[in-house]
Amino acid sequence: MTDQELIELERWTERIMKRARAEGLDFYDMRFEVCPPDVIYAFGAYGMPTRFSHWSFGKAFHRLKTEYDYNLSRIYELVVNSDPCYAFLLDGNSLLQNKLVIAHVLGHSDFFKHNWRFRGTSRFMMENMAAHAERIARYEFRYGMERVEQLLDAALALAEQVDPHPVGPPSAQDEDDAGEQERGRPARPSTPYDDLWALDERLEAARASASPRAEAPAGAKEGRRAGFSPREPAGGDRPGGAARPARKWPPRPEKDVLGFILRHSDYLDAWERDVLAMVREEALYFWPQIETKIMNEGWASYWHLRLMRDEELGEEDALEFARMHAGVIQPHPLHLNPYLLGLKIFESIEARWDHPSEEDRRRLGLTGGQGREKIFEVRELETDASFVRSYLSRKVVEDLKLFTFVHQGDEWQVESVDWEHVRDALAAKLANGGIPSIWVEEADYRGAGELLLRHQWDGQVLDLEHLEKTLPHVHRLWGRPVHLLTVVDGKETIFSFDGEQHRRSSP
Amino acid sequence: MESVPFLFNREDWSLHRKGQLDQQRHQQKVKEAIRKNLADLVAEESIILSDGKKVVKVPVRSLEEYRFRFDPGKQRHVGHGSGSERPGDVIARDGAHGKAGKGPVAGDRPGFDYYEAEVTIDELAELIFEDLGLPNLQQKRRPELVSTGYEFNDVRRHGAMANLDKRRTLLEAFRRNALAGEPAFYPVRPEDLRFKTWDEAMEMRASAVVLAMMDTSGSMGTFEKYIARSFYFWMVRFLRTKYHHVQIVFIAHDTKAKEVTEEEFFTKGESGGTKCSSAYELALSIIEERFPPDEYNIYAFHFSDGDNFPSDNSRCVKLVGDLLERASAVGYGEIVNSRYYSDSTLMSVYQKIEDPRFVRVTIRDKSEVYPALRAFFRQTPEREVITA
Repeated sequence: MTDQELIELERWTERIMKRARAEGLDFYDMRFEVCPPDVIYAFGAYGMPTRFSHWSFGKAFHRLKTEYDYNLSRIYELVVNSDPCYAFLLDGNSLLQNKLVIAHVLGHSDFFKHNWRFRGTSRFMMENMAAHAERIARYEFRYGMERVEQLLDAALALAEQVDPHPVGPPSAQDEDDAGEQERGRPARPSTPYDDLWALDERLEAARASASPRAEAPAGAKEGRRAGFSPREPAGGDRPGGAARPARKWPPRPEKDVLGFILRHSDYLDAWERDVLAMVREEALYFWPQIETKIMNEGWASYWHLRLMRDEELGEEDALEFARMHAGVIQPHPLHLNPYLLGLKIFESIEARWDHPSEEDRRRLGLTGGQGREKIFEVRELETDASFVRSYLSRKVVEDLKLFTFVHQGDEWQVESVDWEHVRDALAAKLANGGIPSIWVEEADYRGAGELLLRHQWDGQVLDLEHLEKTLPHVHRLWGRPVHLLTVVDGKETIFSFDGEQHRRSSP
Repeated sequence: MESVPFLFNREDWSLHRKGQLDQQRHQQKVKEAIRKNLADLVAEESIILSDGKKVVKVPVRSLEEYRFRFDPGKQRHVGHGSGSERPGDVIARDGAHGKAGKGPVAGDRPGFDYYEAEVTIDELAELIFEDLGLPNLQQKRRPELVSTGYEFNDVRRHGAMANLDKRRTLLEAFRRNALAGEPAFYPVRPEDLRFKTWDEAMEMRASAVVLAMMDTSGSMGTFEKYIARSFYFWMVRFLRTKYHHVQIVFIAHDTKAKEVTEEEFFTKGESGGTKCSSAYELALSIIEERFPPDEYNIYAFHFSDGDNFPSDNSRCVKLVGDLLERASAVGYGEIVNSRYYSDSTLMSVYQKIEDPRFVRVTIRDKSEVYPALRAFFRQTPEREVITA
């Protein structure tokens, strides 16, 4: 893009922002950065320009860049959920392409600002991630690249296992901590002052051994005398030990597996907890984007279409615009295009609320002409799963010729073209962002401090190879045998990894 | 700070190298993964049959980013159709099936993230040959490096006056003067000076020769030939990578042995019965004529399915003994295709030979080609190793 074009783009942007506001869009202040392809692809791979280093991002970067080099795909822009909102434009874009991209970006910015799932996200994540990257680089310097890399491998394997929407009080964590205090354990994580806490324990132990009522097993007492280590092995004063009646821990299952591990694994060093906490914070930041991909892209596409349609384009520009838009919403038999699907659903909602059927008038009390209002409400309240469940209509399924397909032998076969079946299948697939929902069921499993996770079964089978390759990562963080309960071939099955061997058993 | 509705900015990103750096780390990990899978990759068809292609794709599955996820093969997916889809229609198939007995191949399928690493054959070779070498390599009478003097092969504008190329200098002066309108040899200006430069011509003398023998009789089926050629493919590459001037002699035999070109060796079809002694006899006479053992490290390798004329076996044992007298190492590889396996193979008579320089390997499937390479070319660090 030449400087001349940049000046023209600035003028145009001012105008289009005014018009977008008049249409009802409410976005953050914008920061547009014009970047070379390498930089855009790096951002695409890392999710954020300032993120920490890891080989998996390098792998993604390589793939994106190769696709770009071979002209297979093109990222026109990247938008960051921040305030002010950063948008990175590809330097190779033509002036018209950049206009479309900016109109599109305004849609994203509005979506970030208003969709309720983004309410809790930090708008300063660019800066946070830069700080994280720096801290992790320092750990690398101090503890060696290999160690940090292995830790990140494990942390990233669990990055999707967080709880983006914890439901209200009393939080499991609070009870948990209360429980710990009650048990006389030092509150984790460990600190330089643990030896002070240990004094308490010593006192307690002394009292216990002096008292005829003492019922603590000999092993536990020895453990206390021996080391007063915060990393005392399980069986000492853990719940389930003989010192207290067996007690479930955590008292109720927790969805935030990564958070639970970072708070309660006594296998981790302080710096390792710190890395886990950073990865978790970033994962929580990205989570709403996973859950609203179809809506977010649909909303942005809706707006680039509206705003550009009202522009007076010359013949050449109109053609280029049509070509680019067609590229963005191109369907593919094996991959659902979120831009296309989201756009069509928003358009169908608008049409239905603008021109309701007799039935809709009667049953929903629609009066017509409420389309615009309705889509703004939808963009605020829904996520992909509920968006599809509530608004993927028969008409959209038929217009987009959607169908479900499954794997049979070595073939992929069409399963159904029935619109309700398609809608239900898609909504089910999008639940929990399309990610298996896994809970910490028991952190003192078999009374030995082992970790039992439970997959909340919704009829979808886990990838068993991935499951068995992920368990060692969990073990790396927990330090004791780890187990996952799920359903395979209709039967409850526990997958275990003890640090050396994998085992399958039935509960 | 006052809020600004929008800003454009174009920074200098030339120092932004993080993507490239992490990409390098990833490639490094790919290499490690390949190193772990060498046994499978060595006999990978796409490499052996690559016809000199520089880059091959090797399947690497270990670089997946593992996490808890649903099995895409058991999920219900949604796609965009053309409107004509009916239940049961096939819209895609898994990638090429049953090829070379490998696992799933990347196909046009949803959900499967199958990583294919692109490596050059040279990179792969480097990994394969990392700790291989010619065994028992000894300093021979003829040194491996001989300087044969100087060779003037270039002319430059600068140099020592002693190396002035007078003829060229005068020509340059003439040309310049002529261009100035005065065709004459004088005056000569400094810019006319031309100097001869030279290279010290070093001739590398081969101190090693490898005799590659292969059974091409009728009993050598596709599998057997494939294995033998996989072995020799890497051997040839290995020798040429590590030992610049090693000589390789190719001998193909059925009942008769013939010295063949490299190309014939790798492509010739099979026929006839088997008389392995014919190959050894030819090898011995070639050594006699061209490679005096006090000047060359001699290596002889032979691949066969072991299905030899029984009457020939004892002769083979004797000839292997003769080869061992002259050679630094002799190797025999027997390729066993279980369907035709019998006990009375060449291998059974070779069991009696007791010489640490005679190496025997049995290959039953593709993954054993790499161990065979390692057995034949294991380094012998206790001796002085010469790599030319």
